[in-house]
Amino acid sequence: MITRIEISSIDSDFITVYTIDKKLSSQQISQIADILTNPVSQKASINKQSKTNKFLYAYEIGFLPGVTDNIANTSKEIIEDKLKNKFRPGEGVYSSKLFFATSKPDSSKLINPLIQRIHIKSKKDYLKNKGMDKIVPKVNLSGKLKVDLVDLNVSDEELTEIGKSGIKDKNGTRRGPLALDLTYMKTIAKYFKKHKRKPTDVELESIAQTWSEHCKHTIFADPIDEIKEGLFKTYIKGATVKINKPFCVSVFTDNSGAIEFDKDYLITHKVETHNSPSALDPFGGAITGIVGVNRDAIGFGLGAKPIVNTYGFCFAPPALDKKVILYKDKNLSNKMLPPLKILQGVVDGVNSGGNCSGIPTTQGFLVFDNRFAGKPLVFVGTVGLIPKNAYRKKAQKGDYIVMVGGRVGQDGIHGATFSSEALDSGSPATAVQIGDPITQKKLSDALIKEARKLNLYNSITDNGAGGLSCSVAEMAKECGGCIVELDKVPLKYPGLEPWKIWISESQERMTLAVPAKEWKKFYNLMRKRGVEATVIGEFNDSGRCVVDYKGKRVMDIDMQFLHYGLPKRPMKTVKDDVVLKEPKLAKVNNLTSVLNNMLSRLNICGYEFISKQYDHEVQASSVLKPLAGKRRINTEVTAVRPRLDSNKAVILSQGILPFYSDIDTYHMASSSIDTAIRNVVAAGGDPNTIALLDNFCWCSSNDSYRLYQLKQAAKACSDYSLLYKTPFISGKDSMFNDFKGYDKQGKPIKISIPPTLLISSICVIDNYLKVVSIDVKFPGDLVYILGDTYNELGASEYFSMLGYIGNCVPKIDAIKNRKLYNQFYKAVKNNLVASAISVGRGGFGVALAKTAMSGNLGMDISLGKLPGKFTRDEFALFSESQGRTIATVAPQNKKMFEKLFKGLSIALIGKVTSNKNIIINVGKKKIVDLSLQTALKSYKSNFKNL
Amino acid sequence: MRKPKVIVLSGYGLNCEEETKFAFDIAGAKTDIVHINDLIDKTYSLKNYQVIAIPGGFSYGDDTGSGNAYALKLKNHLWEDILNFIEKDTLVIGICNGFQILVRLGIFANVALTHNTKPRYLNRWVDLEITNDSPWLSRIDKLSLPIAHGEGRFYASKQVLDKLTTKKMIALEYVKGEMCQYQNLQANPNGSMRNIAGITDETGRILGLMPHPERGMFFSQRPDFPLLKEKYLRERRKLPETVDGIKIFQNAVNYFR
Repeated sequence: MITRIEISSIDSDFITVYTIDKKLSSQQISQIADILTNPVSQKASINKQSKTNKFLYAYEIGFLPGVTDNIANTSKEIIEDKLKNKFRPGEGVYSSKLFFATSKPDSSKLINPLIQRIHIKSKKDYLKNKGMDKIVPKVNLSGKLKVDLVDLNVSDEELTEIGKSGIKDKNGTRRGPLALDLTYMKTIAKYFKKHKRKPTDVELESIAQTWSEHCKHTIFADPIDEIKEGLFKTYIKGATVKINKPFCVSVFTDNSGAIEFDKDYLITHKVETHNSPSALDPFGGAITGIVGVNRDAIGFGLGAKPIVNTYGFCFAPPALDKKVILYKDKNLSNKMLPPLKILQGVVDGVNSGGNCSGIPTTQGFLVFDNRFAGKPLVFVGTVGLIPKNAYRKKAQKGDYIVMVGGRVGQDGIHGATFSSEALDSGSPATAVQIGDPITQKKLSDALIKEARKLNLYNSITDNGAGGLSCSVAEMAKECGGCIVELDKVPLKYPGLEPWKIWISESQERMTLAVPAKEWKKFYNLMRKRGVEATVIGEFNDSGRCVVDYKGKRVMDIDMQFLHYGLPKRPMKTVKDDVVLKEPKLAKVNNLTSVLNNMLSRLNICGYEFISKQYDHEVQASSVLKPLAGKRRINTEVTAVRPRLDSNKAVILSQGILPFYSDIDTYHMASSSIDTAIRNVVAAGGDPNTIALLDNFCWCSSNDSYRLYQLKQAAKACSDYSLLYKTPFISGKDSMFNDFKGYDKQGKPIKISIPPTLLISSICVIDNYLKVVSIDVKFPGDLVYILGDTYNELGASEYFSMLGYIGNCVPKIDAIKNRKLYNQFYKAVKNNLVASAISVGRGGFGVALAKTAMSGNLGMDISLGKLPGKFTRDEFALFSESQGRTIATVAPQNKKMFEKLFKGLSIALIGKVTSNKNIIINVGKKKIVDLSLQTALKSYKSNFKNL
Repeated sequence: MRKPKVIVLSGYGLNCEEETKFAFDIAGAKTDIVHINDLIDKTYSLKNYQVIAIPGGFSYGDDTGSGNAYALKLKNHLWEDILNFIEKDTLVIGICNGFQILVRLGIFANVALTHNTKPRYLNRWVDLEITNDSPWLSRIDKLSLPIAHGEGRFYASKQVLDKLTTKKMIALEYVKGEMCQYQNLQANPNGSMRNIAGITDETGRILGLMPHPERGMFFSQRPDFPLLKEKYLRERRKLPETVDGIKIFQNAVNYFR
């Protein structure tokens, strides 16, 4: 029996539809309508069409079968609670939205066909049929629940094809990418030949997950040129080991990295990317990204409490929509989502995931470049807090393998292997899924706020990439083996094939090792918190990873082979000797209007629409907010006080400059590091306790030139991490951010992102009251610049605005900078700094305008006093030389401040004024006279309708 | 002096319980965070408390309307206990999602909190004027606090609004004050009718409000904290630790003294 309840609301232009597939009495139906309706603002109509105004078409949008439908899940729960009557298997609730339009709806603009369905009716049909049809999007799987053996005794061509497109089903279709190349396939074939049997599909899929680039990071692990130990061990971890800072407590071993907070607590941090899923379904990709990286905190040690979310998005400019249309297939039927749609979906996804979870989302950035049209970059990070006595974990022999949280469905099949490849028409739709932050919140609260304190489990890890196949096998390393009974895993719907159960990446799940004697207590606690927990097997020390399904052995591989059996694939790099030229530029007359134009550039302007829709004050920890000062200017650094009973604060920032990769990835990386460090220092951070995280997002990483660029960037990470004594504590990479598709003429097109490195910085300070904000404070305050300015405009925003790249990319003098940063920290500790902003994209002119706008005060500046060497006024204004900070100081602190910087590159360049203009002079000539009002208008000119 | 006992509810996506407990505790209360299921199975009882606080959060992800599902759970399982509790000389506060829950419980009148005029989640600071003499709000005339919500637009029919006015149930109104001046923002953030940010029942003992007092109780939580800090330093004044928001929690404690 199907009941359809339509609810109209005074505050929305659509009708919410609940389709209930369950036997109900008419009294029960009206009870249900009551509890789903707000009596003040809504009206329900049961099994009949809602009243409508003028319309010509009606259309209804719902989810495809099996896609997470959170509204439906909540409705089901409250209906059960109200009726005291459980839904039986097969019964269910489904939500959808009904719209009325006066013109014919274009479904390609309204839905994402990977996750949504749409039904359109003309007015005539709508009235004739008395409304829309009752549709039940139930999953009906007819999959045969048996396990296949895969023949690997085949030609190299066939092995290659299995690796690329997947195991072949009887009907000839391939199951989707294993992302295993011929070397790997041959190694696997050899292993099973030695054991005189064929692998099962479960085994082959499982190895593919574990060996995926996404999980094993082979490009960073394998030998490259003369670097036998690989880039990660040599350059990233190598630097951290050499620096040997005692505040680094857990680095590169657990789900996050951890540094000391105080004598009792640690702070964890982890940053992930979710690029490929976000390209296909921006909302789903971004929400699963943010709640996924939350689990890297929850899965650190025995569970850290998430205390801050960070984000960073690299998009194509929204205006590109009109110019560039991309298709995934040759027939031009499968269109790539336009940049604006991706931007909106991604922003919404992090909004929903972060806000619903009660974690402040404070720190973020936006970067724009045309080359993100094929694949956007979606960075998401989570900072956590954990007691020191809870960061060690070890699954013990005999512990139950327990899965908690959501159930398993066929959403998220092949996520790990798919993201290890370029995006093309073969990219699997099932890799897309939608997060359910409330299920995860219940799980997170039950574990971190209760079960952890009761010592009810020995180990925990996140179910992310590769699902159970990775989490169980990974934890089994801690004790030496495991046995899983796959048919015990709770499923969203029946009919899921065994290999899918094993590798599905269905969200909101953790895997735990629970001692048998604690199981009952653990189970009861979870039940009382509305969290499903199921024993699916046992950890042991057999040395094998064994999986059974309905009494039959479907996987039996030794742990050694599973984890360490993959062969090394040495890489060679090739340098490209193209030297770019500096442009010949005409003299510029009106620098006021140039500066004004710069402020409206997408890579510089404000994005308040994001900052204010992301709750950044929940947990009551906010100290430095994402919008600063009187005119709400976006900052590049934020601070929180995670324990309200402590004076300690955590300062967070990010550095990302993919533009410079067009000239040199070594300097791109070193500039990103300097920026991330300097931003924290400007806000009052101690340069000696800053830790870094690296997120490499590369392209075409099988190309020897791209590998050369990668090696250069990794070398810079090592060099500058050592020079600044800032260790890396965690990192991640995503190596194939390429789009392979077709343009609107059907011509093949490949778009690769510019090689990108995000450096995230984190620093604990003793006293939260010492933080420094970017807004200038009082007229009469003195304006100083710290650091030298050179003609370094290669790949700068200024050159980009003029249509050039140039060649002189910023270079870092870390030894000089370090001295400046250390003295600056002393100045901050002595309360000598009234405001500080680090000079970033757009250079001195832009930073000056931001600090002035933020404080809503004018500036009177002498450009000639800038230390360094530059040949033109506009170069001084827009050079992106690193290592520079603009600070303001109260006049009475002048002597003390200057004394601290004796012999270093700083200069007093002007004053804060009460008039509302930014004035920059060269000698007696006024070269810029920009009113704050005009500047603000430019700065806030983008994203107006978002 | 005996500390009043406060119960802060949690579970199903409420998420401000820890900072709300912290606020009550530093104000002088003895606070327990209790999962709703532990009240339902009688591990805890409302009888042992003088104040109920329903904190902010995203109970049930706002599915089926903000506050609805959690309110139904309270109504299906704890309605009698709640009625008994509010009959006594006790206090109740619902903050943000907690206010939405109180509204869906039907505690006040036929009012609704609907989607903001711009239908998007919004986190910003507002200025508030106190317009009734609820014990929660004594000693306060004006204060500034942050809001963070997607469904906070106060809505009611004209008759209901008039009743709220005559019965002095309107407690807090959005006004243009120092923080709106500082950040150059409009007074009413979400299109609420008559600028209503919070209301009480007729006794004044049950308060529901969209702004978050626990996020405006420390000096350092204010957006203008860096400017004020610099000002105080130059005037050689001591930096205050707490600001206006804490008074709401202190008022609750003082009510029982």
